[in-house]
Amino acid sequence: MLDLDVFLQQLITGLSNGMIIALIAIGYTMVYGIIELINFAHGDVFMLGAFLALTLVGALGIEAWGPSGQVAGVAVLLVGSALFCGSLNWSLDRCAYRSLRKSSKLSLLVSAIGCSFICMNLGLFWGGVPMEVFAGGNAAAAPKDFPALIPQVNLLGDGFLRITPADLLVWAVTIPLMIGLTIMVKRTRLGRAMRAVAQDPVAASLMGIPVDRVIGATFFIGGALGGFASVVYSLYNNTIGFQMGTRAGMDAFTAAVLGGIGSLPGAVLGGLTIGCVRAMSDQYLELRWTNTIVFCILVLILIFRPNGLLGATRREKV
Amino acid sequence: MSESLLEVSNLHASYGSIEVLRGVSLHVVEGEVVSVIGSNGAGKSTTLMSISQVLVPRRGEVRFAGESLLGLRPDQVIQRGLVQVPEGRRVFARMTVLENLSMGAYLRTNPADVTRDLKRVYDLFPLLGERGSQSAGTLSGGEQQMLAIGRALMSRPRLLMMDEPSMGIAPILVSRIFAAIRQLNSDGLTVLLVEQNARAALGLSKRGYVLETGSVGFEGPSADLLNDPRIRSAYLGD
Repeated sequence: MLDLDVFLQQLITGLSNGMIIALIAIGYTMVYGIIELINFAHGDVFMLGAFLALTLVGALGIEAWGPSGQVAGVAVLLVGSALFCGSLNWSLDRCAYRSLRKSSKLSLLVSAIGCSFICMNLGLFWGGVPMEVFAGGNAAAAPKDFPALIPQVNLLGDGFLRITPADLLVWAVTIPLMIGLTIMVKRTRLGRAMRAVAQDPVAASLMGIPVDRVIGATFFIGGALGGFASVVYSLYNNTIGFQMGTRAGMDAFTAAVLGGIGSLPGAVLGGLTIGCVRAMSDQYLELRWTNTIVFCILVLILIFRPNGLLGATRREKV
Repeated sequence: MSESLLEVSNLHASYGSIEVLRGVSLHVVEGEVVSVIGSNGAGKSTTLMSISQVLVPRRGEVRFAGESLLGLRPDQVIQRGLVQVPEGRRVFARMTVLENLSMGAYLRTNPADVTRDLKRVYDLFPLLGERGSQSAGTLSGGEQQMLAIGRALMSRPRLLMMDEPSMGIAPILVSRIFAAIRQLNSDGLTVLLVEQNARAALGLSKRGYVLETGSVGFEGPSADLLNDPRIRSAYLGD
């Protein structure tokens, strides 16, 4: 039996998680759009963003800042993780990808997989740092509790449905970022340069566009969006771990492919779809089937519609 | 000989292990139109790409306005006023005509100058003004060529290198594009014109070079090249 309020509740959860997935998916799709690389390290950069956020919570003692101070604390985490993940992603491009621009796509892909391993192991070390927020570093690989800095009350009172401030936080962070990014890509000088490089890097360089710098900026922006996503994810789900990037990465990559890789609206549509599919699968099938279903979607899309939902009609890259 | 604006000497370049240029030397004096003709695969486009530093030359020297360009990035070459209209036009198909033109002005900092140059481009090719908000991919080949030239002009070049502006274009538009090149030159623009359409190119230029499998086979005043029997039979279809 399909209970309407259960269904709606899962829809809310699915859409909130979907927005987070979409924000990560944009990082995949932007980088793919501009240099046709699946940046496998992106999910792990996202994971390290969550570790930085938890470290900041412990180091700054944000839990003790009181209710209004914690809002400021969340802002600090958002900015800190965004800058950190943006810089990290930029560094990956600078150190591991840039020198391979003229090599085969396969070399670039292998390099990205290597970066993913390195980042994941950094997360494993980081989790073993003897800080109280990491449970004293007792078990580096163990999942860490992320403190609920956002109150877990139901804004709808005692209604059947539950919308928490954490849901609102997800939407308040992700929607403006997506709108801002769209405007940036459409209207600004950097955005136009990114689109030009995506379409024809040689022609772009002949216009005087510093191609490598534009690609670097794309990595920074994609990484920064992953950083925002990592903080929102941690506050929404309250558990982080060094392997979280793998699952989030797979969800987001599937979302990007489902929407049409290279397409910004496609990444958002794909993210929301995957978020809802996960929520519904958790509710109506079983938790253990959810990852399988996401993976099946990825395989089916790659076989039957490799351009994705929006890819065929609209191939706006970046 | 007066001081050259562009001086290319003994240029060698390869794609992978395939050597394409084997010692190309040429020069362009300020105010000239110089043409480079040659058959497919002779290395005409490779020469331009090596001058623009998109392809890093193996050996040789490229000097522009007295300064060596070797070791610069392509965008730094453009910044110095040496601009290329690439073969096959390469307009940004999924951007509008106006956005394409604004990409040409990417390095410009004074908006008033850019607006003035945009008006000049629209005067030269009025069609671009009418199609400003249209996606460049929907233009015809000839219109895209006009856009590619206009886009390059937006960077305010001192020397404009054009790679096969007549390729794949309706004859009526070819003559319009060549008329535009002539007008640009009479307004003071120096032009290096690479063409397979040897007759049209030599008709426009003062001097010419004939490229043969990676090096210069003949060079001289265009009139002499047009009358040379070897060139007539090989490149002019006589």
